[in-house]
Amino acid sequence: MTKITFIDHAGKSTVVDAEDGSTVMETAIRNDVPGIEAECGGSCSCATCHVYVDEAWAGKLPKAGPLEEDMLDFAYDVRPNSRLSCQITVSAALDGLVVTTPEKQG
Amino acid sequence: MTEHIKTDAVIIGAGPVGLFAVFELGLLDIKAHLIDILDRAGGQCAELYPEKPIYDIPGFPEVSGQGLVDNLMKQIEPFNPQFHFSEMVTSVENTGTAEAPSFIVKTDNDKVFECKVVLIAAGGGSFQPKKPPIAGIEAYEGKSVYYAVRKMEAFRGKKVMIVGGGDSALDWTLNLHPLAERITLVHRRDEFRAAPHSVNAMRELVAAGKMDLMIGQVMEVKGANGELSHAVVRGNDKTSMDVACTAMLPFFGLTMKLGPIAEWGLHLHENLVPVDTEKFETSTPGIFAVGDINTYPGKLKLILSGFHEVALAAQKAHRYVYPNKKLTFQYTTSSTSLQKKLGVG
Ligand SMILES: Cc1cc2nc3c(=O)[nH]c(=O)nc-3n(C[C@H](O)[C@H](O)[C@H](O)COP(=O)(O)OP(=O)(O)OC[C@H]3O[C@@H](n4cnc5c(N)ncnc54)[C@H](O)[C@@H]3O)c2cc1C
Ligand code: FES
Repeated sequence: MTKITFIDHAGKSTVVDAEDGSTVMETAIRNDVPGIEAECGGSCSCATCHVYVDEAWAGKLPKAGPLEEDMLDFAYDVRPNSRLSCQITVSAALDGLVVTTPEKQG
Repeated sequence: MTEHIKTDAVIIGAGPVGLFAVFELGLLDIKAHLIDILDRAGGQCAELYPEKPIYDIPGFPEVSGQGLVDNLMKQIEPFNPQFHFSEMVTSVENTGTAEAPSFIVKTDNDKVFECKVVLIAAGGGSFQPKKPPIAGIEAYEGKSVYYAVRKMEAFRGKKVMIVGGGDSALDWTLNLHPLAERITLVHRRDEFRAAPHSVNAMRELVAAGKMDLMIGQVMEVKGANGELSHAVVRGNDKTSMDVACTAMLPFFGLTMKLGPIAEWGLHLHENLVPVDTEKFETSTPGIFAVGDINTYPGKLKLILSGFHEVALAAQKAHRYVYPNKKLTFQYTTSSTSLQKKLGVG
């Protein structure tokens, strides 16, 4: 199992087991991780699954595609390490991934 | 000047469910006016995913968000619905009784509707502009920071900072450019979602030194008494600079906010309006809630469910609008009277 750590805006962290092939957003929703809304259900059209990827992981993830970059324009407080968690697919290579959720979604 | 309108039904929200309500009400001879804060019909389908395919509309193996809206508009045409766009419903006042309801519905555009039934088809709430994460920006809103352009003249001679990379940001950059003293466009990356021809036109202005383009984020606003003087822009290289600006237009898309519905005296449950599943009526007789805005045991936020809800709500609405008329159940395939209403008989 791949482990993913979610840290909320206040600094509280939750570690969950993620299923390979699912997305980071789905993992959060299934485990009731607060701070991710995912209004559009993962179709990259709401920007309410916004997370900040831990600096240590920034270079290890596949880059955001053009559609995700476009959608990120709508997220709140976008930073260089911002990603939409519905566009990150879980694999064994992501074991130990740490993401932080923003102050608010949208 | 206040405009008074008398009608049978007012539908709040012109999303897919509000649109189909026109049809179901229309078959029962109930005339409707629709009000939406957006400047066109379609709600989430048109605003959030016009080009995405929907696969679970019965009878349509695949239809795009906008395609569904266009078809609904065509389907309700025979009933001549009256649309009031770019208007927010601010209040719904109950002026009747439980047996004979009547309501006064008001908008922020000085319109007053007198009607017998109200259908709240407000979806996830009214679409409102997203605000950027800039501390203290509220103090400038409406005075020198605007989320929409109502009058272009207001920007004449101003140093205008436009923030964003979509069509609104680029269109207003180009439209206000001849009026403004200077335009600075700020976007977080050097790529734009806007139509390529407007991006090219913007780049030409930048190349000719006629406007400025900055890649980065607005971190802070400075000024006094609501009047901006500077904005602090941080570039992606992390250096910050003060940029003179006397008006700002942030365009970060829209978000859905419940809005004034909370003040209409209805029972609410987690920002949703509870209804029964026989008539989809709220705690106030004569006010119905249909589509994404309502809640009941087993509710699914599907367009399909909203369509079913309006058909049933219309039956009860008929009792209020025509208390002395008996309602007989009819099919559109076989009823000549329904076909006459649809203009196909
Ligand atoms: C990306 C995405 C994909 C989806 N895919 C599907 C799918 O495949 N199948 C499916 O069945 N559903 C899907 N949905 C859900 C579907 O879009 C909604 O169920 C549907 O739009 C609800 O329709 P509605 O008419 O109730 O509300 P909305 O479409 O939300 O429309 C409500 C309208 O009311 C207006 N409004 C609200 N309050 C006020 C006020 N006070 N004054 C004036 N106007 C007001 C709003 O501005 C809005 O235009 C999807 C949603 C999203 C975001
Ligand atoms: S869930 Fe909507 S963009 Fe990711």
